[in-house]
Amino acid sequence: MLDKQGIAKRIAKEIKDGYYVNLGIGIPTLVANYIPETMDVVLQSENGLLGMGPFPFEGDEDADTINAGKQTITMLPGSAIFDSAMSFGMIRAKKVNLTILGAMEVSENGDIANWKIPGKMVKGMGGAMDLVASAENIIVAMQHVNKAGESKLLPQCTLPLTGINCVKKIVTELAVLDVLPNGGGFKLIERAPGISVEEIIKATAGRLVIEGEIPEMIL
Amino acid sequence: MNKVVNGADEAINDIKDGMTLMLGGFGLCGLPENCIAALVKKGVKDLTCISNNAGVDDFGIGLMLKQRQVKKMVSSYVGENAEFERQLLSGELEVELIPQGTLATRCMAAGYGMPAIFTPAGIGTEIAEGKEIRNFNGKDYLMEMAFDADFAIVKAWKGDTMGNLVYRSTARNFNPVMAMAGRVTIAEVEELVEPGELDPDHIHTPGIYVHRIFQGKDYEKRIEQRTMRKKD
Repeated sequence: MLDKQGIAKRIAKEIKDGYYVNLGIGIPTLVANYIPETMDVVLQSENGLLGMGPFPFEGDEDADTINAGKQTITMLPGSAIFDSAMSFGMIRAKKVNLTILGAMEVSENGDIANWKIPGKMVKGMGGAMDLVASAENIIVAMQHVNKAGESKLLPQCTLPLTGINCVKKIVTELAVLDVLPNGGGFKLIERAPGISVEEIIKATAGRLVIEGEIPEMIL
Repeated sequence: MNKVVNGADEAINDIKDGMTLMLGGFGLCGLPENCIAALVKKGVKDLTCISNNAGVDDFGIGLMLKQRQVKKMVSSYVGENAEFERQLLSGELEVELIPQGTLATRCMAAGYGMPAIFTPAGIGTEIAEGKEIRNFNGKDYLMEMAFDADFAIVKAWKGDTMGNLVYRSTARNFNPVMAMAGRVTIAEVEELVEPGELDPDHIHTPGIYVHRIFQGKDYEKRIEQRTMRKKD
């Protein structure tokens, strides 16, 4: 089973040289730690920055320089600053190659719910609805089951939707799954170290497609 | 074309109860701190505030919420504020949550003189309820209207007396698009300079969009998530 760092490490392998990538809050933020230094990748932060660098050293923090999670960050040589409209302009225009974000539920046709639990405090969708509506390539990083032990990979989402038909890949503590087109279901691609196919079947409520031998992931 | 006013109190002097205000900033970054303090002091109420976030309990728009000056918030993300949550759950405060890109682009549309925009954000979700949907090239888009705000209040790094503005780092965020979108735009700046001191090629907001400008003081620039790495 993978911990959060493990999920982030596995997702980092999906990033290709030359990609512009938007990382959501939570596990997706950790992905930045595992992008190989040899790779030319630019991180986009939707509050208006391309070329997000690491957190600052103590004493170097700048209140004017934060990421979308409101954390103090640094810029890199070649960074660019822009306003919020242009930030979502480049997202809408599909200039960002990969979006990685968290989710509460994903359905077998790629719908995602990650912004609202009715009856509980609603904090808002932030930029998530814009990102999922426009991104070509969306990877979800999440736990396979919720705290109540219920699967988060469902035939249909039960929570209010963030976007429809958009998730392409899911990485959980148990597995890597592709979301097949046209409601084809979740195709099991890899197992997490030490996890059996049976355990993944048990934790998946939506249609699970298993073809042949499923390899264990290499981190 | 001298737009200079004598501080925040004068700049917001004619903001009245029930008006709609845009307030720049993302989280606590790039907030018009001086104008918010002046609005709190003036006690103007029943405001509709369009701003990406609602501040925290004791900073930013949170200060206006605490005084119950806000009737409605239009935002994309409103976590991190207990008083906000209390007012929302008790029904004292109305909240309209909209996608962040839609928020920014509705500001932009106002500043560009366009009545509406089409965006895919929210298609298939409750955000789309009651809105016109148009299909372009096989994909559905929501029609979202340009904002109409009585005042836009923004914070810039530098500005000149003619209202030309330059922002710094990610404190730019919503400020330029809101500066373009207000019927009246107020800019507070860290440094007010004379015309000619800013390079025309480096102006982010041309002064034509700005009606009032002043040099703010005592900027706290609070950090919401101070996150650091250790030296190896």
